[in-house]
Amino acid sequence: MNRRTLLATAALGLGLAFGTAASAQGMDKVKACFVYVGPIGDLGWTYQHHQGALAVQEEFGDKVEIAYQENVPEGADAERVLTQMALSGCNIIFTTSFGYMDPTNNVAAKFPDIKFEHATGYKREHPNVSTYNARFYEGRAVQGHIAGKMTKTNKIGYIGSFPIPEVVMGINSYYLHAKKVNPDVELSVVWAFTWFDPAKEADSAKALIDQGVDVIAAHTDSTAPLAEAAKTNGAVIGFGQASDMADYKPSPRVASIIDNWNPYYIKRVGALLDGTYEQIDSWAGIPEGEVEIGEITDAVPADVKAEAEAMRDAIAAGSYHPFTGPINKQDGSAWLAEGAVAPDGDLLGMNFFVEGITGDIPK
Amino acid sequence: MLRLEKRPSPSRFWQGATPVLAVVLTMIAGGLMFAALGKNPFEAIRTIFWDPLFNAQFASYSRPQLLVKAGPLILIAIGLSLGFRAGIWNIGAEGQYIMGALFGAGVGLAFYPADHWFIFPLMVVAGAFGGWIWAMIPAVLKTKFNTNEILVSLLMVYIAQNFLSSMSLGLLRNPEGGGFPGSRNLSQYPAASNPELIAGTGLHWGVIAAFMAVIAAYILLQRHILGFHIKLAGQAPRAARYAGVNPTGLVVLCMGISGALAGLAGLFEVSGPAGQISIDFNVGYGFTAIIVAFLGRLNPIGILLAGLLMALTYIGGELAQFMLGLPAAAIQAFQGMLLFFLLAVDLLSNYRIRFATKKEAL
Repeated sequence: MNRRTLLATAALGLGLAFGTAASAQGMDKVKACFVYVGPIGDLGWTYQHHQGALAVQEEFGDKVEIAYQENVPEGADAERVLTQMALSGCNIIFTTSFGYMDPTNNVAAKFPDIKFEHATGYKREHPNVSTYNARFYEGRAVQGHIAGKMTKTNKIGYIGSFPIPEVVMGINSYYLHAKKVNPDVELSVVWAFTWFDPAKEADSAKALIDQGVDVIAAHTDSTAPLAEAAKTNGAVIGFGQASDMADYKPSPRVASIIDNWNPYYIKRVGALLDGTYEQIDSWAGIPEGEVEIGEITDAVPADVKAEAEAMRDAIAAGSYHPFTGPINKQDGSAWLAEGAVAPDGDLLGMNFFVEGITGDIPK
Repeated sequence: MLRLEKRPSPSRFWQGATPVLAVVLTMIAGGLMFAALGKNPFEAIRTIFWDPLFNAQFASYSRPQLLVKAGPLILIAIGLSLGFRAGIWNIGAEGQYIMGALFGAGVGLAFYPADHWFIFPLMVVAGAFGGWIWAMIPAVLKTKFNTNEILVSLLMVYIAQNFLSSMSLGLLRNPEGGGFPGSRNLSQYPAASNPELIAGTGLHWGVIAAFMAVIAAYILLQRHILGFHIKLAGQAPRAARYAGVNPTGLVVLCMGISGALAGLAGLFEVSGPAGQISIDFNVGYGFTAIIVAFLGRLNPIGILLAGLLMALTYIGGELAQFMLGLPAAAIQAFQGMLLFFLLAVDLLSNYRIRFATKKEAL
């Protein structure tokens, strides 16, 4: 190649580069893809993400194409699924479980033009990886309040999925607010080591009920814990998790935490369409409408319901933070001083129980 | 009138033809199911069987992935098939796979961040040992106390899973992982990693080990007295005893080989495609390998092909899910049909179908 053609090629290359940069300003059509850890019919976590995907389709109509894959194991298989999605022409890929963190970043490195959005993770190793999460602990505070008021045995339970900060945070928030209204309350935690496995979740609920627990909160994705509580003829109550789980109203499901991903998904796909897309780390909660409290049923006394709703509204207004000091760690050492509010960094790396919880985080 | 007549010896033709027939029948029945779901059956079948191999957009990526997915299946299935032939039922390969990964990764991580040539070979030995020792528990219990190896080996899987959780939360947890469960990523630690050997081929040491296992098993069964003993013990246990086969030794040997190979598969997976020990590291290769072993008629070459076919249905099934919007359950049902038809048409190799006239029937 002589010098002149080299220059010409370089000029052409530059022109092309500008051309693509210009078209990256906005897109006529976006293919948005979703990777799910469970089936869309789990009526919990994955179901809600899929509702978000459908909301995107509804919002933008012909301008978006939706594709998704269910039951993708976290690990080597996820990396293959993501690569195949990227090859199939997805413009933005939402990976909706914590365990997709490394696969998401690995595949993002190979496809710099495709946007990746990882739910509940913390790694953004490349400019095309964003992360998003919801402040579920805000909803757990409301649940804890109801649990502390409603328990007759003073034993409340929590089905943990994996001992990661996300879950530990929820357990602490739940316990703190139960303890606040009922100083005698004891919390039992059972670890299921799964996100979605109705049989294991039911076993965990059964184990809690056998210990005398009469209010169960779950951090897993299916309705199995509620189904188990329903067998006790009203002796045990629980909460809808991730989705409203309204089929179990008015009891055992007395309230719920609803993950509403619709606004976030619409915002991100919309940004890609109109060219305002940027890498972000999003952590929204009750104030933004990303976490909702489902209807508190009549199984809860009116005064308790009013208090729970007042707490929800205070969180929404920004006047109350569920982690407000004084709070000590389980070993008695100080964490938050009187009136201090937990910094996000502490929450995102939370690997300790608060004072009063018995039992250890599995090691 | 249809009548079944037992063949004096299994038909060689049908033994070869039934897997092919089963695949064809699966395509027909699966196609009907896809049509009932409102999808074009031809497009669905093409997406599952053709696109991963020849689609211009995907094939360059998914073809090598076939080896990545088939490697552990073949490696485990080869080990299992030896025991199955001798009537020794190791159902717990999943647990042996986990223990192999834990032992191997543990050795590798113990050296972190040192860089020596011998680390990876040592991990391979440790991986095989981990699987072997885990298989020895049901083997010794069977030979000493006559327990049922099916139950014991299966239950050992659940113990292994709890070990896995405990290790990824405790001893092997990445100290720089911000408190999150899971070990360091071995693929980022060159001395302990099992990378793709030739870029774009999917070939890693685990795939090579799988091919070697196929060849070794073939020679063992065709040419070696031990292979003869294994076959004899399965087909005629009493005759085997007269021929001087030691049943205790055979149990220990077959369980040991299958455990070691499953352990190796776990080690190669954790140091390669998976990269790290995590709570849900195992995805069922140990159980799927049982299907692969039978799909391949417990024959090494058959297992090689069956492993590749199984991998194809996984990868093609994934493609069909997001390209055509088929539900995951439909793909699982499709894979189930494959096994169902295989077992059903197996009848043809042992029996002859006679269209008897009335007179003969009387």
